Amino acid sequence: MHIVDGALSMPVVAASSVLAVGGMALGLRALNVDRVPAAAMLSAAFFVASLVHVPVGPTSVHLIMSGPAGLILGWAAFPALFVGLLLQTLFFGFGGLTVLGVNTLNIALPAVMVGVLARPFLMSGNLRRTAIVGGLASAGAITSTALLVALDLWLSSQAFWAAAQVILVSHISIMVIEGAIGAALVSFLRQVKPELLMAPLRATADRKTRV
Amino acid sequence: MSSFTLQHLPALEARAPTEEGIVQRLDPRMRLVASFGFALFVVSLPNIAGLMLALSLALVTGWAARLPLLITARRVLLVDAFLIFLLLMLPFTTPLAGPSDHMLTLWGQPASWSGLWHALRIVLTSNAVVLMMLALVGTLPAQGLVQALAALHMPSHLVQILALSLRYIDIIREEYARLRTAMKMRAFQLRRSWHSYRCLGYLLAMLLVRSLERSERVLAAMRCRGYDGRFPVNQPGRLSRLDWSFAAGLTATCGLIALLAFEPDLRWLAEVH
Repeated sequence: MHIVDGALSMPVVAASSVLAVGGMALGLRALNVDRVPAAAMLSAAFFVASLVHVPVGPTSVHLIMSGPAGLILGWAAFPALFVGLLLQTLFFGFGGLTVLGVNTLNIALPAVMVGVLARPFLMSGNLRRTAIVGGLASAGAITSTALLVALDLWLSSQAFWAAAQVILVSHISIMVIEGAIGAALVSFLRQVKPELLMAPLRATADRKTRV
Repeated sequence: MSSFTLQHLPALEARAPTEEGIVQRLDPRMRLVASFGFALFVVSLPNIAGLMLALSLALVTGWAARLPLLITARRVLLVDAFLIFLLLMLPFTTPLAGPSDHMLTLWGQPASWSGLWHALRIVLTSNAVVLMMLALVGTLPAQGLVQALAALHMPSHLVQILALSLRYIDIIREEYARLRTAMKMRAFQLRRSWHSYRCLGYLLAMLLVRSLERSERVLAAMRCRGYDGRFPVNQPGRLSRLDWSFAAGLTATCGLIALLAFEPDLRWLAEVH
């Protein structure tokens, strides 16, 4: 999942970086002053979630939870997930420095998209439907991320095609796990803190009077 | 901001070198810009010889930063583990450039030298960049990183998100640990089961709820202290003579490496592509 420096071709890196900067600009503009601490705190929470390792087969994978991030944060998922990736890169050495934009785009864009697509269906219908929509959104975000990674590799060099296929196949288990966890997460939020799911961060601020 | 540094993160507890090298005396801005510039330089190097030299330069910088050997090695190897299958597959998936490109045949699949060199280039590139980054930026205190990014004109809201999440990651991780302990007390074990995944989903949802509620309290406290969207970050001082000498030294060394890597008369050094 973490693309490293030196694997992708310059046009792919440049185009992705430009798109990632655009996404971040949109995300930052969607945040009003009152929601900056909330975005930061949720960013930290998603970072902590990404430190959780879940056993799969003989090994373990770490969670990404980009689907729930997109559902909760909307476009603000771009800056929030970027901060997480930046910290992982700078301090753990995961992912590359020049491909930070690529990795941000690959994770945050699917998050925002599933957020936009799935949010209208979360609060209507029964709880079971909420769980199914949440699960599909979480699994869908991971699937799209894996597809984008494969696409980047394939666009960079035809020789990566086999590696791209391995990446797609190896992500099937992560899709299932993220889907299951996402379903539970979203149905819990609907019962306990529905505001988190109603609209991306902005709406809560509108409801509150400015101090 | 408090004196919190990233060293407090669990996975990083032993990250901070006990002794400080010369790198730790450099300005955070210089360290950020240098490691980014070095990364751009390395990804544009055309051949193995140049990359080996770049990796050596990163190793020297790591030594100058007194990076702890074992932890750094583990971290770099972890990154390499991601690359292993790429390394193994590339020779087989790169079409042969000619008969002389044939390395060996395994299970009827021909492997090419050019694919092997390609894989090696990727490994050298990523290792050089990661090492330089761990040496220059990984040794920064959290405040230094925030100050440097603010001084380098990162958008203010992004700086605030970064500063606040750096501050709260540790606290939220403790919250997570408390919830996990509570589940453990109720005999929960993380297994490969739907039950485990559902419980983990509830746990993470609870973590998000608590984080949001904490953010409301933090916002109220910040408001009390006059927060109006601006977030004062200390302005760093002028760059010192040491910073400029470091920049000059790094640029000169990189220039020398580029000369060796791109100079046609020295191609014998770089015969392998």
